[in-house]
Amino acid sequence: MSNNKDSQKDNTTSNEIGKEHGITRRKFIKNTGMIVGGVAGGSLLGGMLTNNFQAETTNSPVYEEETSTFTEARMFFTRYEDFVVLMQATERIFPEDDNGPGAIDLGVPYFIDKQLAGSWGINGSDYRKGPFPGSEPSVDTSTQTRGEIFINGLRKMNQLSHKQFGASFDDVEKNQQIDILMHFENDEVDMKGVAASDFFSLLRQMTLEGAYADPLYGGNKNMEGWKMKEFPGAVHSYEDIIENDEFIKMDPISLEDYQQG
Amino acid sequence: MATEMDKVDVVIVGSGWAGGIVAAELSKEGYRVVGLERGKDQKMEDFIGAKDELRYSSRHGMFQDLTKETITTRNTENEDALPIRSNSTNSINGTDTGGSGVHWDGATYRWWPYDFEAYSKTVEQYGEDKIPEGMTLQDWGITYNELEPYYDKFEKTAGVSGEEDPLRPGRSDEYPNPPMRGSQVTSLFKQAANELNYHPYHMPSANMSQQYENPDGETINACVYCSFCGMYGCDFGAKADPIVTVLSTAQKTGNYELRNNAYVTRVLHNEDKATGVLYVDTQTGEEYEQPADLVVLAGFTFANTRLLLLSEIGEPYNPDTGDGVIGKNLTGHFGFYGVSGFFNDKKFNLYAGAGALGATLSDFTVEQLDHNELDFLHGFEPRVVQSGSTPIGSNGVPGDTPTWGEEFKEKSLYYTNRNFGINIQVGNLPWAHNYMDLDPNYTDFIGDPLLRITCSFSDQDRNIARYSVEKSKEIMEQMGADIIEGSEITDETEFNETTLTSHTAGGAIMGDDPQTSAVNNYSQMWDMENLFVVGASSFSTFSSSNPTGTVGAVAYRAAEGMIKFLKEDGGILVEKN
Ligand SMILES: Cc1cc2nc3c(=O)[nH]c(=O)nc-3n(C[C@H](O)[C@H](O)[C@H](O)COP(=O)(O)OP(=O)(O)OC[C@H]3O[C@@H](n4cnc5c(N)ncnc54)[C@H](O)[C@@H]3O)c2cc1C
Ligand code: SF4
Repeated sequence: MSNNKDSQKDNTTSNEIGKEHGITRRKFIKNTGMIVGGVAGGSLLGGMLTNNFQAETTNSPVYEEETSTFTEARMFFTRYEDFVVLMQATERIFPEDDNGPGAIDLGVPYFIDKQLAGSWGINGSDYRKGPFPGSEPSVDTSTQTRGEIFINGLRKMNQLSHKQFGASFDDVEKNQQIDILMHFENDEVDMKGVAASDFFSLLRQMTLEGAYADPLYGGNKNMEGWKMKEFPGAVHSYEDIIENDEFIKMDPISLEDYQQG
Repeated sequence: MATEMDKVDVVIVGSGWAGGIVAAELSKEGYRVVGLERGKDQKMEDFIGAKDELRYSSRHGMFQDLTKETITTRNTENEDALPIRSNSTNSINGTDTGGSGVHWDGATYRWWPYDFEAYSKTVEQYGEDKIPEGMTLQDWGITYNELEPYYDKFEKTAGVSGEEDPLRPGRSDEYPNPPMRGSQVTSLFKQAANELNYHPYHMPSANMSQQYENPDGETINACVYCSFCGMYGCDFGAKADPIVTVLSTAQKTGNYELRNNAYVTRVLHNEDKATGVLYVDTQTGEEYEQPADLVVLAGFTFANTRLLLLSEIGEPYNPDTGDGVIGKNLTGHFGFYGVSGFFNDKKFNLYAGAGALGATLSDFTVEQLDHNELDFLHGFEPRVVQSGSTPIGSNGVPGDTPTWGEEFKEKSLYYTNRNFGINIQVGNLPWAHNYMDLDPNYTDFIGDPLLRITCSFSDQDRNIARYSVEKSKEIMEQMGADIIEGSEITDETEFNETTLTSHTAGGAIMGDDPQTSAVNNYSQMWDMENLFVVGASSFSTFSSSNPTGTVGAVAYRAAEGMIKFLKEDGGILVEKN
């Protein structure tokens, strides 16, 4: 995601924060040089400095119009009907509040969609040989892939919503959605080939991942998840603050900034 | 038919700390050494910019490829074991150049004199009756004092940054580097511990407190406390790992060749001599035979044990009779216990840290406790570690809070930098019923049986865990936490597929009697003099401290034995008892 306007803005604030705590950019660079200087040789040192600090020293152009992200389209979920259930379910797990955005605005549903479309969704690094015994296997011991489990789980949510409240999951009240999710959490739903509670914990886990993983994966939009969590992201060194007794708040740095500068 | 490669002096399975140390020592002596590593090639440049929690921590990017091989677990002999299918269930084994030593945290301890003579010392102090029935305590056939020079050597290779533990036995030399910097958390722990009259000290770490050149001439950079440490390769070459130390040393001699994607399947042998190993190139499926004068297994506890069983070397352990040795005395840190403290008015910079930046104390270790009054043997080590928290992994909330929804979001955000834990390491001692053998149902990607773990907890394990949680709560209270919660250990708490850790040992244990041990104190197989089995597989018992310091020491000792063996034309290096 390249939103120049935003990264420009973040850089200014991060400079301000740096100054506030007496860590000027110059000193930061100097310290870094001291730490790795002359050891790893030019390539590492050079790479690190440009990677980390180019953003602060070059003036990236500022575009007037909003640039589009182009990545918010579905890669895995074919039915929109399934995707809206996912959107609502993740928002109930991580709702918008006074602290900041919820799952939907953070891009969590698209994050999950992308994850399921890739190796994670097809259990690409798992041991998959049989036999697969057990009546209610966990998501990790099921014959189904994580992608299949998601589709089955979301459809089951919708079914339950129709059955219990006479409308689809995205049309019922918040507290009704919560009620349905609790049925999953407490294993009061029968899912084929996997415990409902285990599907729920995967859904919960992936919702948190989408809120807090580096934005390169499509969630944690504009690092809003990190801002709420006061997590500074891919900061290359905390040498100057590790011994500090006061809490130090910094504006976060994404891997895009870290790796490309 | 396997393609036969040119014969070399030494072939080593694995390129972690154990395999790397042996590679460096033997290639420095001029021997031609081939290393075989099942995982891919990787070097320091691969870790630059690797600050990606999802990839490395949540998805376990540096761990074993389970599509090819895994292990199975069960509690008792009359159950079918099930495979660990996903690293999300439990990630244990490293792979790729450098093994687990690349993404370790770097806490580098020595073990206690007691550990090496667990049986004799227990009997001496408390009498034979103190050892519960079924506990298979055994001496290592080497003492702490005999192993001390090798600890010293490993600490110098790894540039360990440490402060002397006031309760540990004498060291022949100081740590090569001063301790790392402290943090608000480590200071708070030390202050509380002092108030309780304990003896806190800074954890010894392989994250460098300053730039360091080791005796082999390898430079390790100064740690910048960047937080993406354990589970990650170091972005700065500032964590001692096999790549920046021993493997680099071995490469520089020109005598070491490391082959990646080389999955070893058998040790080849005639009656009593190893002749080489068989391996599969995982990128082509082709099979190769690598002949060698000396064969070294350094593939970690699981692979070492499995390769011995698959190759039919040594007598497999029989849990019913207690006969046999291969697979015996499975021990480790089975599960980590802890106490969480939530602070309502204090906020810490918890996002900053380094893998082994921490403070600990030895007041509850085996040599400090009086076991006459306790319902367990051995001891434990409570500690705070500020390894740098990352946001997916740090969502702790007090126990009465829901785990999702509005209240969860609010509280998890509030407590992100207001809660941390005291971790507790408890060494699980060996029992006759905890062992490894080959699984009859599940196979690896080429059809060979997987390794099977059979393990269950005893009252000893639960009692010591309960006691350790209770004592750690007192420390947390002294630290001023507002809400304190500890691991709950009930009579039903049991070993399961999530309990096994990368701190697992046994299977080819060390001793002075071939009847009860697989290797002698040079890690040389009693039954096959040119086969050395190196690593935690040789630990006869386990300790409360982290294992890798001892893996390093034992590997240096083994390398010395191998050189002796090659120079003196063979023979068993230690007299049998
Ligand atoms: C996240 C994490 C943090 C840790 N932190 C600490 C710590 O702070 N302190 C501490 O003391 N310990 C720690 N450990 C444990 C430590 O990493 C191990 O004790 C140590 O690395 C073991 O070294 P090794 O060489 O015996 O085994 P490994 O590092 O596992 O190396 C064995 C190598 O052999 C290869 N191999 C295995 N089977 C085959 C085969 N059939 N053919 C070819 N190659 C094979 C593997 O791929 C691997 O590369 C940690 C481990 C992990 C995973
Ligand atoms: S914390 Fe230190 S040792 Fe660990 S990865 Fe960062 S710089 Fe390397």
